[in-house]
Amino acid sequence: MSIPLISLKNITKDYKTGEVTTNVLKGISFEINDGEFVAVMGASGSGKSTLMYILGFLDTPTSGKYYFEGCDTSKLDDDRLAEFRSEKVGFIFQAYNLLQRTSVLDNVLLPATYLHKCNLKKAKDNAIKLLKRVGLGYRLNHRPNQLSGGEQQRVAIVRALINNPRLVLADEPTGNLDSHSGEEIMEILQNLNEEGRTVVMVTHEEYTAECARRILHIKDGMIFKDSIINHRRLAANGEFRK
Amino acid sequence: MDFSQSIKFFFANLSANKVRFFLTMLGMIIGVGSVIAIMAIGSGAQSLIFNEITSFGTNLISIIPGGGEEDMMPASMMGRVITTLTYEDAKAVGKIPHIMAVTPYASGNANIFFGDKIKNANFLGVTSQYPNVENNKVISGRFILPEEDESTAKIVVLGSEIKKKLFGEDDPLGKRIKINQTNFLVVGVMEKKGASLAANRDKEVFIPVKTAQKVMLGINYVGLIRAKIDDEENAPLVINEVKKLLQCRHNIKDPKKIDFTVRSMNQALDMIGTVTDALNLFLGAIAAISLIVGGIGIMNIMLVSVTERTREIGLRKAIGAKKRNILIQFLMESVVITFIGGLIGIFGGSIFAVLIAAIAGYLGYDWNLVISPFSIIISFTIAVIIGLVFGIYPANKAANLNAIEALRYE
Repeated sequence: MSIPLISLKNITKDYKTGEVTTNVLKGISFEINDGEFVAVMGASGSGKSTLMYILGFLDTPTSGKYYFEGCDTSKLDDDRLAEFRSEKVGFIFQAYNLLQRTSVLDNVLLPATYLHKCNLKKAKDNAIKLLKRVGLGYRLNHRPNQLSGGEQQRVAIVRALINNPRLVLADEPTGNLDSHSGEEIMEILQNLNEEGRTVVMVTHEEYTAECARRILHIKDGMIFKDSIINHRRLAANGEFRK
Repeated sequence: MDFSQSIKFFFANLSANKVRFFLTMLGMIIGVGSVIAIMAIGSGAQSLIFNEITSFGTNLISIIPGGGEEDMMPASMMGRVITTLTYEDAKAVGKIPHIMAVTPYASGNANIFFGDKIKNANFLGVTSQYPNVENNKVISGRFILPEEDESTAKIVVLGSEIKKKLFGEDDPLGKRIKINQTNFLVVGVMEKKGASLAANRDKEVFIPVKTAQKVMLGINYVGLIRAKIDDEENAPLVINEVKKLLQCRHNIKDPKKIDFTVRSMNQALDMIGTVTDALNLFLGAIAAISLIVGGIGIMNIMLVSVTERTREIGLRKAIGAKKRNILIQFLMESVVITFIGGLIGIFGGSIFAVLIAAIAGYLGYDWNLVISPFSIIISFTIAVIIGLVFGIYPANKAANLNAIEALRYE
């Protein structure tokens, strides 16, 4: 039996601002296996973003255990967490967060430059290959301000993939996009998942969550429903398939 | 982090903010430039003094009226006129062993007339031994003869500049000029000596000391005596002998109450050297202050830069940048600014020093252009250190940003 990729046991997170302590996560436990496509769905303030930051090693839980690839990550120091972020996780943000003054190619290569063993040549080849796959092969030297929103998010997806991470984390990936571009992005994410990539997506929209295979419903810092989607919506054609 | 990519990012950032980076660099440029220029000018001035020594010879002693401590300013510089040094004193000093030549000086200022030309200049009343004392020779005609030493002959030897101003290219020998109301016969012209810190002999005229005393000034004392010693090593011995002799001649019982000061050229120049050293140091310190001000400017700009790029920093951290990656990235920027600013400053400061040397040379000073590698290395190193010291605070701030908050920054 293989160990799950992600295993959360009773995760809590408190934020202290001055005198006030806010309990954002109040005891979250679940497991995610390799190759899953999970949507974390909840309203604003439900704690879904905080959960995503913890999953992506950008933040550490106040209590509870987070096992990644079977390894207890609560003991890791700042530098090790950074290494995890670099090697194991790929982030996709709602606002793309591309560097404005650099080319598409250099944006995509950025995570590769922070790798412990940086092999720029290999990364460059990989980047070009991936960019071509998402249809941006001819845009390598363009700046982000020369691209549409959908194109920028595609660049962000390639950037997230450049170090071949175990986990792709997407925070409202279609939040800033029109419906057509949004569907393009969801199609890419579904294709990635089909190839075996583990994708965890945070969203507040039911319509977007339907593209995943499993939905974790979160409210007031707790998971209140964990549902498997038997027929997910294919972004490519709108059909519902298994 | 891969170095080539870092450089790429740095230049992308730079070209987006060209004006800002240049203005920030300006502090460094001015700071480093002024340190280089000041040290070069200071060295040039000191070499000028050194050249003075070699032109006069290091084996010169001066006897000045006015006593008191040896290392205080002589009274004559404070405006008091002491009238106890005489021509006879000079003659007596000339008999002391190891003294090769001696001359008294009785000087004044006058208008010199030839035809329709007037020139205001200093006249020096000296003896025939003057050329030996100051290494200053005639190029045409003759100097004062030994038999004319005690006479009040109205003969004059012209400095090269005076000759040019009054006579142009013509031969002045045998002609008559007027010094104030008195007619003088020109018997010689001195070689070109060049300006020195003390005086410009080219612009002066030389007459017998007795003529100066009796005819021009109406005095019977002299303002200065200079003597040349055969060897620098004998200076202390000779100075002692001179003091004993003059103390005796002036009937002074208490050595503390002597009315004259004896100095070797070396001593005087040491004093000047100490003063110029202190001045150099002082000016250098002021230049260093401008470097610090430049550093503060850099720190300021880097802080602004960090704030502006908060989201970028958050993003970098999210995709794997460690604290030290961020720290090095921003520190590198401030170091590069100071590095480039330092280079430009060295270049600019050197140009300025060359300019000063050219002007000094044009004015007739024997100026050596010295841009020491030491000053370049020092100011360059300090510039880079400033980049590190003043850049560390903003870089640290950037490195310690909370990634999540940074990503949310508007």
